[in-house]
Amino acid sequence: MSTPTTSRRWYSGVAGTYIGLAVALLAMIALFGSMSQYFLTTDTFVTIANDIPALTVMAVGMTFVLIIAGIDLSVGSVMALSSALCSMAILQWGWGLAPALLLGLLCGAACGMLTGAVSVIWQLPSFIVSLGMLEVARGAAYVVTDSRTQYIGSDVDWLSSNLIGGISPAFVIALLVIIVGQVVLTRSVFGRYMIGIGTNEEAMRLAGVDPRPVKIAVFALTGLLASVAGLMQTSRLEAADPNTGIGIELQVIAAVVIGGTSLMGGRGSVISTFFGVLIIAVLEAGMAQIGASDPTKRIITGIVIIAAVMLDKYRDMRKQRRA
Amino acid sequence: MSGHAPFLRISGIGKTYATPVLADIELEFLPGETLALTGENGAGKSTLSKIVAGLLEPTAGEMYLGDTRYHPTSRAEAEALGIRMVMQELSLVPTLSVAENLFLGHLPQRAGFIRKEELYQRAAEHMQRIGLDRIDPRSLVGELGIGHQQMVEIARSLIGNCRLLILDEPTAMLTRHEIEHLFRQIERLKADGVCVVYISHRLDEVEQIADRITVLRDGRHIATRPMQGMSQEEIVRLMVGHEVEASRARPQQAETMPILRVEGMNRGKLVQNVSFSLQPGEIFGIAGLVGSGRTELLRLIYGADRKDSGKIYLRGAETPTEIRSPMSAIKHGIGLITEDRKSQGLLLDKSIKINTTIARMASVTRRGWLDGKREHSVTERLAGLLGIRCHSLDQATGELSGGNQQKVVFARWMLRDCEILLLDEPTRGVDIGARADIYTQMEQMARDGKALLVVSSDLRELMDICDRIGVMSAGRWVNTYRRNEWDQQTLLEAAFSGYTGQSSRTPETQGQA
Repeated sequence: MSTPTTSRRWYSGVAGTYIGLAVALLAMIALFGSMSQYFLTTDTFVTIANDIPALTVMAVGMTFVLIIAGIDLSVGSVMALSSALCSMAILQWGWGLAPALLLGLLCGAACGMLTGAVSVIWQLPSFIVSLGMLEVARGAAYVVTDSRTQYIGSDVDWLSSNLIGGISPAFVIALLVIIVGQVVLTRSVFGRYMIGIGTNEEAMRLAGVDPRPVKIAVFALTGLLASVAGLMQTSRLEAADPNTGIGIELQVIAAVVIGGTSLMGGRGSVISTFFGVLIIAVLEAGMAQIGASDPTKRIITGIVIIAAVMLDKYRDMRKQRRA
Repeated sequence: MSGHAPFLRISGIGKTYATPVLADIELEFLPGETLALTGENGAGKSTLSKIVAGLLEPTAGEMYLGDTRYHPTSRAEAEALGIRMVMQELSLVPTLSVAENLFLGHLPQRAGFIRKEELYQRAAEHMQRIGLDRIDPRSLVGELGIGHQQMVEIARSLIGNCRLLILDEPTAMLTRHEIEHLFRQIERLKADGVCVVYISHRLDEVEQIADRITVLRDGRHIATRPMQGMSQEEIVRLMVGHEVEASRARPQQAETMPILRVEGMNRGKLVQNVSFSLQPGEIFGIAGLVGSGRTELLRLIYGADRKDSGKIYLRGAETPTEIRSPMSAIKHGIGLITEDRKSQGLLLDKSIKINTTIARMASVTRRGWLDGKREHSVTERLAGLLGIRCHSLDQATGELSGGNQQKVVFARWMLRDCEILLLDEPTRGVDIGARADIYTQMEQMARDGKALLVVSSDLRELMDICDRIGVMSAGRWVNTYRRNEWDQQTLLEAAFSGYTGQSSRTPETQGQA
């Protein structure tokens, strides 16, 4: 292998993507640091760390769904429904904490599996099916909670308690999900099948790999991770709010896309997604600190999303031209 | 008509990619005549017609329109000069009306709004002029039958000044009745002085409609003769040529229990009542024209498409095996190398390693987790065996040459190790060197007792590597030939037989071999 090939690999390959995202992230931190004297403090970063676990675990699921060339718009609603069911099990039915949490997780996995199964078996676009699930799960969350926020109390706050230096167990769980997610994607048969199906589903079928169970499992996993996010949220609020997570699916998709995962399927990385989550979180925290108004925040976030995708496309085109 | 000066004259036209596909073509196109262009699969008919229509640029030779030199750089330029081509695949927009399709690209408009009345009127006038007034210009193209869609496509080519019209297999999807209508339109065009170039492998149609016939073979112009007095046998003889190559020796096959027996396989009109059997250690070829049902047959055996009826018996079993999906085919030891490796075989932007191991992950994993070292060594061994040329095994398969891509597909199926391997055009787009490597592997597989079923449009390839060759024509199994029974003429006649109305199933025809 000649030197030009090696160097091209180096900065256009996976490591290059991570470096690019890290540079963008550090640049943003430096920018906000120069604009606000309070930004570069431990407090800021502890706050960010405790803010992002829910977004992070959902983004890992969404990364998988996008890799198989699908999409799941229902994660916010599924998150609310899991949270609602879990809280009602504790409050109304007198369940213990452990079975109630398990019920919440099962609910998420079941919702995801249903979305996946309907879209795979009837060959419907997952965009539409998950849009339906978004409404169904949200409605169910209102029914279960009687449309009121249900206060549980401190029984459930251990997930968001102070584990070490202000960091919560939820953040540690989110980090574990990232690591396991990345290992599954790159080192497991399941991950290999996901990438193959997203690249060329028909070729996979003709190679003797049935895409259907893999796709359904990916949606189930995404639902499960959405319910994990729901439980994290419940723990933080010490309550189940049926309005939680409205519109969060767009934030989740934005984080994944900023990380460079392709909406066309076949290409993506969980680590990159984590960078995407961090970029969104830093942006949000930084703008809050410099006192930007909510409308300004939204405008700038929108611009960052588009710029990130443009950058990704540009890198892609350059790589192709060189190949 | 013979008194006219040629409308278009081409001289020394050739096209070379890696190897020449067309060379030294001399041809005159006369106004008011129908010229049939025939030849085997890959003889150069499409290449030649695309050069004339401005879709391809020749690498040698000159073309003249009257006295002026003609070298179109685009289809639009050729069309402006009155040279049009109707391709096999329709290029209509099914959700728009006939009129809109006719004038797509130059719709009558005012300030961006379509002037519907003018559009429909002009469309109606145009359809009237070419005798298609039965088709309502307001109806949606998607709602028309396929025959009428074809007519609309032709009608679109005739807008403005059309002097030379190339029709590429125009009757492939038409009914008898529609074909007759098309022929009446062709007569009408001829009367208007248009030169119609008619590409078809249906020799009876050619006989009916053509004034002259041109036969191509291996990219060369073999003959152009008046149609009158030409027999179908003579045309086939011209297409085949006379050279007989020495075949490579194949060990004599002992008749044993068939490993695969197909009985009464059916799918619509594509595959009709096909039965045959395959011996272990045998390379069995399926010859036939493009569209004769060969690919469909392989896909039915493999479970990739649903069959209407038919039974598959494996390894001499008395009861048929039900194969409903590729997954179950592989479970029963049947593999398929698809015709189109780019869209149905490879994961193009993924590495050689990934593509090699994807069909048999178990060989490179422990309990569901990848073993990177094992994946590397397994891929390395196969790549070495097949002589895959690449920078590294992590290189994306999309960056490889056609031959190396096909070798990656072979590597995948060698790793999968199926007893029965179905191969659809295994050497299409593969250079000579890689071909030899692939043949060597195929022969090795056969020596190992595997059975290979090979579809190919290259008759000489089949005659070279196969123990037996079955010929399909128009969805039917015409005949099966052994190594000493075939020659190119026999096989080609069989391949055409389903389209000419006369069957070569009879023993007399076989006896000519």
